[in-house]
Amino acid sequence: MITFEGVTKRYPDGTVAVDDLSLKAPTGAITVFVGPSGCGKTTSLRMINRMIDATSGRILLDDQDVRAIDPPTLRRGIGYVIQQAGLFPHRKIVDNVATVPYLLGWDKKKARARAMELLELVGLDSKLAGRYPFQLSGGQQQRVGVARALAADPPVLLMDEPFSAVDPIVRASLQDELLHLQSELHKTIVFVTHDIDEAIKLGDTVAVLRVGGRLAQMADPATLLSEPADDFVREFLGKDRGIRRLSFVPATGVRLGSAPTDLEVDEDTRPLGWRSNGGLLPYGTFNPERDSLRAALDAALLSPNGTAIAVDGDGRVIGVATRDALDEALTRQGTSPGERVSEPDREVPASDTRRAES
Amino acid sequence: MNWLIDFFGAAANWSGPDGIPARILEHLEFSAAAFLIAAVIAVPLGLLIGHTGRGALLIVVSANAARALPTLGLLVLVVLLIGVGTVLPVLIPLVVLAIPPILVNTYEGVRGVDADLRDAAYGMGLRGGQVLFRVLTPSALPLILLGLRLSAIQVVSTASVAAFVGLGGLGRFIIDGLATKTYSDVIGGAVLIALLALAVQLAFTVLDRVVVSPGVRQVR
Ligand SMILES: Nc1ncnc2c1ncn2[C@@H]1O[C@H](COP(=O)(O)OP(=O)(O)OP(=O)(O)O)[C@@H](O)[C@H]1O
Ligand SMILES: [Mg+2]
Repeated sequence: MITFEGVTKRYPDGTVAVDDLSLKAPTGAITVFVGPSGCGKTTSLRMINRMIDATSGRILLDDQDVRAIDPPTLRRGIGYVIQQAGLFPHRKIVDNVATVPYLLGWDKKKARARAMELLELVGLDSKLAGRYPFQLSGGQQQRVGVARALAADPPVLLMDEPFSAVDPIVRASLQDELLHLQSELHKTIVFVTHDIDEAIKLGDTVAVLRVGGRLAQMADPATLLSEPADDFVREFLGKDRGIRRLSFVPATGVRLGSAPTDLEVDEDTRPLGWRSNGGLLPYGTFNPERDSLRAALDAALLSPNGTAIAVDGDGRVIGVATRDALDEALTRQGTSPGERVSEPDREVPASDTRRAES
Repeated sequence: MNWLIDFFGAAANWSGPDGIPARILEHLEFSAAAFLIAAVIAVPLGLLIGHTGRGALLIVVSANAARALPTLGLLVLVVLLIGVGTVLPVLIPLVVLAIPPILVNTYEGVRGVDADLRDAAYGMGLRGGQVLFRVLTPSALPLILLGLRLSAIQVVSTASVAAFVGLGGLGRFIIDGLATKTYSDVIGGAVLIALLALAVQLAFTVLDRVVVSPGVRQVR
C-alpha cells in the first residue's frame, strides 16, 4: 500500500505541481494517475521513489515514510519504468535487465539467469539478450524497460507513460502484456498516463487529477464512467461512457434460451451460421462466463436477427440471448452498477502480440 | 624527393645519439610525458565538472585559452622564468597545450548524455559515483577519446619546440637543418613528425575499437 497524506509539491519557481494530495494505492493493484498535461502526474509519481522530494505532507510505503529511507536504497526496491525506456546504450540487453540485481550484489551468473527469465516473461526472444539497445524497436525497448524494472522482484512498480511513445498497435499489445504479467505477479503498480482509455483499461483504481495538482475523483473504472464526480471528470472521460461502462459488467446474468432450430451447428455443436434461403448468415458469440455485457451486446449486433449466441470455453453453443434477454440485463445493471469483469478484455493472445512487433 | 632520399637514405642518419631512432624516442618521451600529465589532470576534472555541473566556467576559459595561447611564447616565458637545462620548460607549455581538448571534450561528453538515461540510472538506484562511472563515462567515451586523440596529435606535432631550448627530439633536425641550410634534414624531420602524428591517429582508432562499447559506437 502506498499512502499519500496531504502531499504538496511547490517547485522553487513557485509552481504548485501537486496540491494537498491524499490517496491510497492498494497493494497488489494497479492505480492509475490520469489527467491533462501539467496536472502533476509525473511529480506525484516521482515523489514516491524520491526522485523528487515533497514540500510537505508524507508518503508512506506500507507504514514507512519514504523520507526515512536513503534514496538509492529505496529505489532499488521499487521498479521504475519511464517513457523513453532509458536503457543503458553501452550494455547488452541482458545486462540492462540485470542492472538492479548487479547493484544488489548478486553474482553475475545468477543475475543473468534472472534477466533471461524476465526477458521471456515480457515476451522477448532470448536471442535479443546479446543485442544492444539501439538494435531493438521502440516496443521491444519498452519491454526491456519493464523487464529491468521487475528484475529484482520489487513489490512496487512505478510507470510513467511507459507506452505513449509507441504506435497504437504495439501500445495495445504492451498493455495486454502488462495486465497478463500483473495477473501473475500482483505488484503494487502506480501507472501514469494522460490517455483516459489506457487508464480505464489498465486501472483497478483511477485517480483523475486536474491542473494545479488536485485530485478530481478517485474510483474504479466502472464507477468513474457511471458516476463522474463533476463536469471536469465528465468531459475528460469523453463520449460513449454508457457503452464503455458495459465492459465492466459481466454477462453471467444474461438469461439464456435454448438454441432455435435455424441455428446451424457442426458435429461438435460449434455454430456455423443462421440458416436462410440464400445460405448461412453471419452470427456473433459471447462467453457468459468470461465476457462482458458489452461483448454480449456486440454479438447480438453481429447477427441479422439480433440474437447473440452463448458459447462455452471451447466454442460450443450453450444457448442464445434474445434481444429481450439482453434488454432485461441492461435494465438490471442500470440500477445496480455491476462488479468488475476480471478477464475478458484482458486475455492475451500471446502469439499475436509477439507477431505485432517482429 | 631527392631531399627525402638524402635524409632517409644516409646510413649515418640511422644510428648514434642524433640518429633518427634516438630522436624519435626522445620526441616520444616528451610527448608521452606531457600527454599523460595532461590526461591525468583533464579527464577527472572534465568528468567531475560534467557530472556536477559546477565549475563550468573553467571549461569556457580553457576552451578560449586553447585558441589564444602561443605555445612558443609560453616556452620562452617559462625559460625566462626557470632557465634552461631541465626538461620542465618544454613540459609545461606542452601540458598547457594538451589539457584543453581533453577537458572540453570530456566535459561535453558527460553533459551530452541523454537526460532520460541519467534519470533512469538514478531511478534504478545507482548512487552518484555509480551513475558517473557506470553510465555517463561509458556513454561519453567516444568524445573522451576524441579529446585525447586531438590532444596527443597536437602534442606530438608541437613537441619539436624542445629543440629551441637545446633539448632533443625530432625538432633538432628542423632547427639544426635550418641553421646549416641542410634542407634534406628539415624536410625529413617534418615528414617524421607527420608520420608520428599519423601513428597516433591510428593508435587511437584501434583503441576506440577496443574500449568503446559497440552499443555506443553505433549510436554516434
Ligand atoms: N523542475 C520543475 N520546476 C518548475 N516547475 C516544474 C518542474 N517540473 C514540473 N514543473 C511544473 O509542475 C507542473 C506539473 O508537472 P508534471 O511534470 O508533474 O506534469 P504531468 O502531469 O506529468 O504532465 P505531462 O502529462 O505533460 O507529463 C507543471 O506545471 C510543470 O510545468
Ligand atoms: Mg509527465
